[in-house]
Amino acid sequence: MVKLPPMDYAAIMPLLILFGAACLGVLIEAFVPRRARNITQLLFSLAAVIAAMVFVVKRAGNVTAANAITAGGAITIDKAALFLQGSLLVLAFVSLLIFGERTLEQGGAFVAQAAVTVGSEKDKEQAAKSLGSTEVYPLALFSLAGMLLFVAANDLLTMFVALEVFSLPLYLLCALARRKRLLSQEAALKYFLLGAYASAFFLFGVALVYGYAKAVDFASIHTAAAVGAGNITLLITGLGLLAIGLLFKVAAAPFHVWTPDVYQGAPTPVTAFMAACTKAAAFGGLIRVLYVGFDGLGWQFTPVLGAIAALTVMVGAVLAVTQTDLKRLLAYSSVANAGYLLIGVLAGGQLGLQSVLFYLVAYGLTVIAAFALITLVRDADGEATHLSRWAGLGARSPLFAGIFTFLLLAFAGIPLTSGFMAKLSVFGAAVDGGQTWLVIFGVISSIILAFPYLRVVVMMWLSEPGESTPSVSLPGVLTSTALGVGTIATLVLGVAPGLLLDLADKAAAFIR
Amino acid sequence: MDAYLSSYATIGALALVGVVIIGGAFLVNRLLRPRRPNAAAGKRDTYECGLDPVPGGWAQMHIRYYLYAYLYVLFAVEAIFLFPWAVVYLEAGRAVIVEMAIFVGVLALGLLYAWRKRALTWQ
Repeated sequence: MVKLPPMDYAAIMPLLILFGAACLGVLIEAFVPRRARNITQLLFSLAAVIAAMVFVVKRAGNVTAANAITAGGAITIDKAALFLQGSLLVLAFVSLLIFGERTLEQGGAFVAQAAVTVGSEKDKEQAAKSLGSTEVYPLALFSLAGMLLFVAANDLLTMFVALEVFSLPLYLLCALARRKRLLSQEAALKYFLLGAYASAFFLFGVALVYGYAKAVDFASIHTAAAVGAGNITLLITGLGLLAIGLLFKVAAAPFHVWTPDVYQGAPTPVTAFMAACTKAAAFGGLIRVLYVGFDGLGWQFTPVLGAIAALTVMVGAVLAVTQTDLKRLLAYSSVANAGYLLIGVLAGGQLGLQSVLFYLVAYGLTVIAAFALITLVRDADGEATHLSRWAGLGARSPLFAGIFTFLLLAFAGIPLTSGFMAKLSVFGAAVDGGQTWLVIFGVISSIILAFPYLRVVVMMWLSEPGESTPSVSLPGVLTSTALGVGTIATLVLGVAPGLLLDLADKAAAFIR
Repeated sequence: MDAYLSSYATIGALALVGVVIIGGAFLVNRLLRPRRPNAAAGKRDTYECGLDPVPGGWAQMHIRYYLYAYLYVLFAVEAIFLFPWAVVYLEAGRAVIVEMAIFVGVLALGLLYAWRKRALTWQ
């Protein structure tokens, strides 16, 4: 007789809703007429995200140490997991709005048939006439569901499965750009190949850790590491390989090389989704591995990860200075931000965890707004992302240039923006945690990184608009909402961060 | 650990003997054979059943083969999961049947999608 593990359906409801909605999304794709598909899919996906959010909020009220672990020990729905799931849902909701935008160009940002050869007659025909593909919604939902599982995984195997579930749809999404299709396909292939390598590293790490601890769940790994019997090298090597897999996903140097190409090549809504949600999910997984499974090895991994954090903030900042494309610039900025987050992770303790959770939400909302704005600045060939094209944009459309300036200042960490509060809390936690040397690197990197941001600001406002300065398209309701939400959140979290900080503080506890 | 490794000693010895025999045969062959190099035209060409080799082995397959291979793999994997399930489902009860129904249902969803997108017609 096979005995099935008891399931706490109330706890895993958000996951079930999202996976179910993604499956139904495939059905919608198959049976709803083409014209109505985009609006149907969009509303349906948004409804699924809201429903999942409702269950996350409901669950947050009555989560205890006793009822957190469910599904035969495969999933932990503790407070940290719920906070991460909630923030993932919010960030995904805002990015889905940009996915749905159809007023900027006919058919939106996605190609209808990605398999058509680039530049062929058929391709020109579909570029001119066809509606964009709407498979992106089920794909995004599958990916989002994987992320929700990833941050709640209680053992390494579940984590690996979740890693694949959220990565595979992302690889596909990257290849679906309507314009600059070769670049987009190149990005997808690079992301896929490198991601596959990283997954292999992760899996090998799981095998080595299992060899040491004779189990893959975090509690057993923690106990085995505390006992310290056997060959500890096996455990440390295993952790190193796990860390490579996870650091690849968060885009920390030296595993960041895919980031600029993929961020540039992917359709901009997907880039926004990746920059906000993938980062949050990957850091959620990383802190769970480090804080729950391997917290006994702090002395071993802190110096190594510290060196990686220092390298990441410096590489991201220095290479951002040399960029001439806005999407690449934001990609390197995202690398540097991964470094700041890593500093928060290494700070350790309640404070470090709280600062990382706050940072993920604050950065995610700002970066979505920034990419939403990039979708608006366009010419006949689609988005004009080269820096020189943005010269004099302030004179053409002061409102959008003003918003972008504000967002860049938030990235740079100017007071009264969420970026400032996020950096302050991360660096503060790091000083408390005895990682002052990392804070020094972080501050130097922030100063360097301010230069490329301010250069864009200066170009927008102080240059004369030239012949080639593109016009800013008037956004539709969806992009305006995403842009508005991101910008207002950036302001509110900068002026009155108390509410979210309190929430993050309450959530900053793992259950083993 | 040592005892464990020494159980492989026989295999190691066998591998060594194999190398010695093959290597020795080649060595003796080399020592005994006459040596008359002759670079006649066509001597080193690939032999292809009486035809001259046609240059270029590079051919593009149509993408639709990929689609069929993909669908095939999907159902091959499903069959692999169905075998062990078929052995135990009677004793395991209703829950296991429901689980397999969900699994097959999700795959059927994919097939339905492929059918509606006319991926199954050979165009």
